[in-house]
Amino acid sequence: MEASTSTKNISSPKLRKNDYTDLSHQQLIAMYKKMLLIRRFEERCSQEYGKGKISGFCHLYIGQEAVAVGTISALNNKDFIYASYRDHGQALARGMDPKLIMAELFGKHSGITKGVGGSMHLIDSEINFMGGYGIVGAHIPLAAGAAFSAKYLGTDNIAICYFGDAAINQGIFFETLNMAQLWKLPVIFIIENNKYGMGTSIERSFAGNELYRTGKYLDMNRGSFDGMNIIEAYKTMKDAVNIARTNSMPTLLEAITYRFKGHSMSDPATYRAKEEVELAKVNDPIIIFGNQLIEDKIISESEIENFESEIKNKVIECVEFAEKSDQPPLDYLYQNVYKN
Amino acid sequence: MIQNLQIREALNQAMCEEMERDPNIFIMGEEVAEYNGAYKVTQGMLEKFGSKRVIDTPISEAGFTGIGIGAAMTGLRPIVEIMTWNFAILAFDQIFNNAAKLRYMSAGQFNCPIVVRAPNGPAHMLGSQHSQALESMLAHVPGLKVVTCSTPYDAKGLLKSAIRDDNPVMFLESELMYSIKGEVPSEEYLIPLGVGDIKREGRDITIVAWTKMLPVALKAAEQLSHEGIDCEVIDPRTLRPLDEELIINSVIKTNHLVIVEDSWPFASVGSEIAKRVSSQAFDYLDSPIININGADVPMPYAENLEYEAIPNVEKVIEAVHQSLNR
Repeated sequence: MEASTSTKNISSPKLRKNDYTDLSHQQLIAMYKKMLLIRRFEERCSQEYGKGKISGFCHLYIGQEAVAVGTISALNNKDFIYASYRDHGQALARGMDPKLIMAELFGKHSGITKGVGGSMHLIDSEINFMGGYGIVGAHIPLAAGAAFSAKYLGTDNIAICYFGDAAINQGIFFETLNMAQLWKLPVIFIIENNKYGMGTSIERSFAGNELYRTGKYLDMNRGSFDGMNIIEAYKTMKDAVNIARTNSMPTLLEAITYRFKGHSMSDPATYRAKEEVELAKVNDPIIIFGNQLIEDKIISESEIENFESEIKNKVIECVEFAEKSDQPPLDYLYQNVYKN
Repeated sequence: MIQNLQIREALNQAMCEEMERDPNIFIMGEEVAEYNGAYKVTQGMLEKFGSKRVIDTPISEAGFTGIGIGAAMTGLRPIVEIMTWNFAILAFDQIFNNAAKLRYMSAGQFNCPIVVRAPNGPAHMLGSQHSQALESMLAHVPGLKVVTCSTPYDAKGLLKSAIRDDNPVMFLESELMYSIKGEVPSEEYLIPLGVGDIKREGRDITIVAWTKMLPVALKAAEQLSHEGIDCEVIDPRTLRPLDEELIINSVIKTNHLVIVEDSWPFASVGSEIAKRVSSQAFDYLDSPIININGADVPMPYAENLEYEAIPNVEKVIEAVHQSLNR
């Protein structure tokens, strides 16, 4: 896998025709629409944050959509997904109801976690979306634990863990990778290398250069892929899923990606040159994929326009639903601290 | 039938019985399998249950505790043994930020039925980093249950309940108490969490103590009985949730309270008990509550300094005299 998927090149993102592996046109269109939903949903989040409707820490995924949608498209719906606090993208890609997410962001009781979780802790047990977690890297062992359960119970489910580049500098990253390899756990670790841990570039925080090579020392399956290219993401993930499901072995993947916005809503991202951001936006994963689908006559421009308006309306519905929902009742404060 | 067991044997029996009852219970930790446990609590368990369910881990406390938590939220019931609570500090992020909050943050979608077991508090001349009593840090966190044990009977009944509990339970043992023997019925029994126990009935003064401080309190009570002072000694057993009713009712009867613990005094479980009693039973107190704690210093190695730093029988007797003005 290291040889076949290793690429750091994000300047040649164009897909080649007929390079869609086993994906049907229907699936390709669904993937495109999911990316578009994430983008428009989060653009609206940004607006609502500006209006004060959403508060707290809110980390947008804009620019990274191909990673979540591409990789999650290679999973089955029983697989366990763990995400960091930048979790809207994975949640939507997995199929969490956007209305319930928006209501959660508004702090309403109709939200996916009744208004107590918020942006960083989207959790939906119905779809095995095991949560967004707020401490950098601290959810990595949880995913390995879910993989441990799957293996112990004899199911063929696997676990996926998404985290940012900065998380690999936490000790728990190594601890977990070691045990996952030692115990042959069916788990896939996905480093979303968006180049920055908050305002500190990966060059300033990590002594190595190819993040996925941290798995080399443990002899772990590993690879990197162009995270702006959804088909790359899907194909690489499919290989890793196969290894996890059939051989019960872990894989470490690095998605080379970029976040177009700041670390969170309160970050103007002045540590990055404007030119750098503009250059990255040339590789906008949604535009690239859309153009490619048009070029390959899988969708037409007018269909894309239709998707835009369909999704726009969907997002408006989400906001309306969130607006009209109630805050949690005060006695909910003490609910669910303990199971009786 | 009654067996005479050490605390380590009682804990071992509790785990074995529960693992026989439920195949989804497993134990992981440093040296629990092939070495048979750093303190031999897991003696024979590898042979009995095999390496799938009795798992030696690398020295990665945060990592394997986190894996346990992930397993607990996906259908298993892990027992995580950590060599001591001092080392478990490395796993406090996992315990505080993940285990304690999963149920709340998920609005009840996930539970975390995990038991984290380890000895707690000073042993003998182990120095600053191996002698900490950390119960108040754990008891501070909503979402966790904190259980201690000071007799073989309690150890077995409480651990079985802890394993069956759907919440994360922090189970505190003591290196120096593993060999203490006591009567344990062979028939199955459970001790509910959150229920304390009157270890000695008395009418003149209430002494609250747990783990290693319980035998200290009982010995002091025995000596004080020779001067005609009748002490009631209470072991809360579970520190969170705390059986405050048992303690308050005792104070209503005796009107005097001494709390003995080997942890530091600042924001301790003892100071929490004192707060609750003084706010809920103020009118029944005939003298100020006295807290006896470990010295407010990192633990020294030298034998005489360590002895000075840990509550002992003499200090308890002195406190009782002071409280009763005798």
